[in-house]
Amino acid sequence: MCTSIVEVVRAEGAGKSMDGWFPVSHAVVSYDHPNHALLDDAIIIDFVNQDRGPGARAAVELTLESAKALQGALARAIAAAEAEENELPRLRATAA
Amino acid sequence: MAYESMIAESVTIPGNNHEPISAYAARPMGPGPFPGVVLIHHLPGWGEFYREMTRKFAHHGYAAISHNLYHRLGEGHADDVAAKARAEGGVADDQMVGDTEGAVEWLRAQPYVGSKVGLIGSCSGGRQAFLYACRRDNVDAVVELWGGRVVQAEDDRPAKQPIPPISLTKDLSCPLLGLFGNDDRAPSPEQVDQHEAELKAHNKDYAFHRYDGAGHGFFYYHRPMYRVEQAMDGWEKIFAFFSKHLAG
Repeated sequence: MCTSIVEVVRAEGAGKSMDGWFPVSHAVVSYDHPNHALLDDAIIIDFVNQDRGPGARAAVELTLESAKALQGALARAIAAAEAEENELPRLRATAA
Repeated sequence: MAYESMIAESVTIPGNNHEPISAYAARPMGPGPFPGVVLIHHLPGWGEFYREMTRKFAHHGYAAISHNLYHRLGEGHADDVAAKARAEGGVADDQMVGDTEGAVEWLRAQPYVGSKVGLIGSCSGGRQAFLYACRRDNVDAVVELWGGRVVQAEDDRPAKQPIPPISLTKDLSCPLLGLFGNDDRAPSPEQVDQHEAELKAHNKDYAFHRYDGAGHGFFYYHRPMYRVEQAMDGWEKIFAFFSKHLAG
């Protein structure tokens, strides 16, 4: 490969490929030549299942700016989700 | 107008350690002998572009083969298979050398192939083509198209690519043609300078052409990086180079 910019993390959830839904095992984030987006290089995010064939893949190819916007949206959504989750124990305690 | 025709087909060849791998071969119809060309595909995969490039060589009178370095990763769309390869850090250099040697030997064994075989690759395949020609002496000419990571940084020594190809320059076994874009970052112009200095230091037979107004992958007509003038000139140089070194 030409850039060597690849980050791999474990991921749990489900992704949708051309063949339908599959359980996700990893997320792969790279900056390299996209296959489809009309860019020289792109942030490529692949949600894959490494125990299955290459087709178990949900992919996006984004501009750097789009990736930064996504990073911000993820951070905001995660912060809101954690606030929501932290509220649950209090509600359960009140109900009891 | 003279009748022309070619055959292009999938084949299975012995790869590294004689493991079967898939390949795509194209040649003009007729008894030959045709000079041979082995194509090493780029990081984005063993896909349509390399099929077309293989047929392009057949159109120009070569028996050509493009082997699938990603064969062991499983069946699928070329971009999905390439994504799997990327996540796994590409293919190991040793395995690539074995697979490419299999393609060279397969080609040389065909009755319609003459005595000369060339090698060409782009992007990661450009690096691999140069590396192969340094580690083996059974190709007669090699073309490196914007090979990324021929020069590897000090902290870039992954287990699959432990040796920077530039360090093997003294063993380059055949003439080399290199095409590069001056706007490329991998390889950067400075890295191409280092590559060229090493070739000079070892008195190797090489020709580098470095294009202004072009970056990486300027042959890829389906990508925004395509540069028609530089690409057309580059193809002329490739065919002149192979015509000179693969004749007879």
